Amino acid sequence: MNMCAALMLFQHAYDPQAPVHGAPWLWFSIIKILVVFTVLMVTIAYLTLAERKISAWIQDRHGPNRVGPRGLAQPLADGLKNIMKEETYPSAAYSPLFILAPVMSFIPALITFAVIPFAAPLPTRWGLVDMSIADLPVGFLYILAIASLGVYGIVLAGWSSNNKYALLGGLRSSAQMVSYEVSMGLAVVSVLLLSGNVSLSSIVSSQVKTGWYFFPLLIGFFLFLVAAFAETNRLPFDLPEAESELIAGYHTEYSSMKFSMFFIAEYSNMTTASALLTTLFFGGWAVPFWTTVNTAPWHWWKTVITLVCFMLKTGFFLFLYMWIRWTLPRFRYDQLMSVGWKVMLPIALAYLVVMAGAVLALDAAGIAPTARLGGFLPTYWTLLGVLNIVLAVLVFVVLDRGRLVSPASARVGPVELAELRAMSTRRPAPVQGD
Amino acid sequence: MAIQVKVLERPIRQTSYVRAMLKGMAITFKHLTNPHKVTWQYPEQKWDLSPRWRGTHRMLTDENGKAKCVACGLCPQICPANCIKLVPGEDEEGNRYPLVYEIDEFRCIFCGYCQEVCPEEAIHVGRHYENSEYSRAGFVYDLERLTAQTHPVCEMWDPADPRGE
Ligand code: SF4
Ligand code: SF4
Repeated sequence: MNMCAALMLFQHAYDPQAPVHGAPWLWFSIIKILVVFTVLMVTIAYLTLAERKISAWIQDRHGPNRVGPRGLAQPLADGLKNIMKEETYPSAAYSPLFILAPVMSFIPALITFAVIPFAAPLPTRWGLVDMSIADLPVGFLYILAIASLGVYGIVLAGWSSNNKYALLGGLRSSAQMVSYEVSMGLAVVSVLLLSGNVSLSSIVSSQVKTGWYFFPLLIGFFLFLVAAFAETNRLPFDLPEAESELIAGYHTEYSSMKFSMFFIAEYSNMTTASALLTTLFFGGWAVPFWTTVNTAPWHWWKTVITLVCFMLKTGFFLFLYMWIRWTLPRFRYDQLMSVGWKVMLPIALAYLVVMAGAVLALDAAGIAPTARLGGFLPTYWTLLGVLNIVLAVLVFVVLDRGRLVSPASARVGPVELAELRAMSTRRPAPVQGD
Repeated sequence: MAIQVKVLERPIRQTSYVRAMLKGMAITFKHLTNPHKVTWQYPEQKWDLSPRWRGTHRMLTDENGKAKCVACGLCPQICPANCIKLVPGEDEEGNRYPLVYEIDEFRCIFCGYCQEVCPEEAIHVGRHYENSEYSRAGFVYDLERLTAQTHPVCEMWDPADPRGE
């Protein structure tokens, strides 16, 4: 009798389609951490190669092609070089923070990846294993919280270096990240409106059911995209390390592995941002037009296919990052601030209100999120998408006429001219010559 | 004095950020996929040197394998970098020959005056440039090393044929 109960418990405990728990859960978590960490580090290493290759191709060059076949061993050589380099400690720097800063930017950059679901769950003998390190119920909030920690690394690096350029880089970075985080958060609220949940895995599964969110949330997607560029300090928002003005910005004083850590942090931030764009707007690991793969019952081949799909989508956004980097010049500081506060924030706020109203109206009209128009197009998705396209055209026309980014020499209107004249009469006349 | 800012009136299509950005991305993408690359893969792929290229020196020899130089002293005289060291000698028959003839390739500015001035067409600048060394001393080419060079020599500019045709 006892045996029988134990056996039943055993069978219940190890149902392949129920979430894994207990000791196997712990083991699987450890394995997932190790695998994801390794894969992420290798990806980052190869992203540096990809960046150099893409920049070379865009500039009609070959890029690194000497180390290994077609230059594929270049990241190894770079890594080795960075480890062998001398660690410099500027005498004026404040050592504890100077050493802590790279760690502070490195760790948040890596741990944000923990909540991103990168494939369909894998059924094993011990139960269903989630293909994300930790599927936190507060998924996206966790990412917002950790991502804003990254700025500390940069600010502390800038401050503790005791170097004016580094300090300026750190200051710019904090201002930039704080400004763009607001619109980023607001852009994501619209995703949460549709999915009704902040956990990333349920955002993915609701996209499987109702269609990917990039279409019904087109403007939200673009806002998030721009904010993600700004958050990761990539061109055209790389003011914290603006080479032409600040030497290398916040990491001017760093060398060797400490410099490498900032580099790794930048690339893993990029990877996380691309993975987030995929997860929030492009259906995460979902394969387009193939419902069998995207839904239970799970099977290992479904996990493999969805993993490949996730990698392809993330890879596309990583490519977009590089493509944009090698196309656009850097913004001026005032342009950065005015785009952040005067363009992105009002649009994000207004958009949120409009989307909330639209969702409310659709709900009031009794249209279920899963209802399909003519049996194929999801009604909800289509209606919101059309609304977004109309809005996008409006926004585009307005921004285009008002010049999204102010030109280098702004026009001085009659009012400003009068003000300037009044100011110059109040000032003592400038001394001519020396 | 009021600040005068000159602002050019331009049509919106020239000042729009979004359109300029999309255009720029199209251009970079075109270059990205363009298989034509301008880089020369140096050690494998080399530039064709001009016939008038002035590089590493070469001392020509007569049929007996002796350097053609008669130690006239014109090349050390003309050399603007003062990098030719010549100690003349004379044999029993009264033929002059260089006892010591050294050119410091490191100081040389490859002006080619030595070749132009040489009455015996002995010293030449050559169509060759890969002459790096690990030490400064390695750049001092003695007579033996100068005669041992095999690269083609420079064809100097000819006033009769200014375009080298
Ligand atoms: S090329 Fe000019 S600088 Fe060089 S050795 Fe001859 S004369 Fe001197
Ligand atoms: S000019 Fe010619 S012949 Fe005279 S010393 Fe120089 S190499 Fe010899």
